[in-house]
Amino acid sequence: MIRSFIIILILLFIPFAFAQTPVSGVQLAEEQEQLARDIGRDLRCVVCQAQTIEDSDADFAIDMRRKVREMIAEGKSRAEIEQYMQARYGDYILMNPRMSSGNALLWFGPFLILALLLVWFVSSRRKAIKP
Amino acid sequence: MKIAYLIPIAFFGLLIASFAIGLGRDAGRIDTQLLEKPLPEFSLTALDDEQRLITQDALKGDVHLVNIFGSWCAACTYEHPVLSAIADSGEVDIIGIDWRDNRDAAKRWLTRYGNPYADIVFDPDSELAFDLGVTGAPETFIVDKNGVVRYKHTGIITADDWRTKLRPIVMELKTAP
Repeated sequence: MIRSFIIILILLFIPFAFAQTPVSGVQLAEEQEQLARDIGRDLRCVVCQAQTIEDSDADFAIDMRRKVREMIAEGKSRAEIEQYMQARYGDYILMNPRMSSGNALLWFGPFLILALLLVWFVSSRRKAIKP
Repeated sequence: MKIAYLIPIAFFGLLIASFAIGLGRDAGRIDTQLLEKPLPEFSLTALDDEQRLITQDALKGDVHLVNIFGSWCAACTYEHPVLSAIADSGEVDIIGIDWRDNRDAAKRWLTRYGNPYADIVFDPDSELAFDLGVTGAPETFIVDKNGVVRYKHTGIITADDWRTKLRPIVMELKTAP
């Protein structure tokens, strides 16, 4: 008796494994839905910070997911959608920040320091060997 | 001691200084991309009249405060007396953007707390909120006579914020041609 009850209980919970936060409004084809999720995983939820809009249940993330799907339905490309979001929320919204003149130092700074140290090291070695 | 030994120490000092500055910043704060740009175009209904459309042109010709609020937003209730005082002073018109709200709830909220807004744009689906780069409510923009965004305040405007930060900007923009 108890065993069958437990089994029924387990069976009842199976559908939750397939649960997804509903995105109201836009219905997309399988392929487009996949694209929407990919884009969503590259956009930061601005009210939760450490989550993407695809992972978050915040109302704001739900709105943003809908916006992404609307833009896909309009035939916008991934680059266009990301550009749209970036123009409004800045680099911050992208989980993978793009390189720009403003952050070039962050990208190349370490290599620059490494090169300078190497030059310094080699030149000081030479001085040490000469005499 | 060679001067070269001081280089790593100086480097370390620089690193600590930049961390200190970075830690002092509020990570939740996202600077607006709209500064010095015209308010995005929009066409949304007024809260009090589903038939009447409000567009960005409603803001041209005078300096305005644009305030994002919602009846669901607890912080907005807290900010409300300050907005009411600003409206009572007659120094600047406040345009409200009722964000992610329900018409009836918003109207009830305004009846209960008073309505400091010269006009209210109803934005249930975050259309304008997205274009403004809104991250939460309340948020307030100062928009100049030409409809250009000149300042953004994130969070509650306290009486102090109004006196020391926002009012001086509003007054300066008012006297500008």
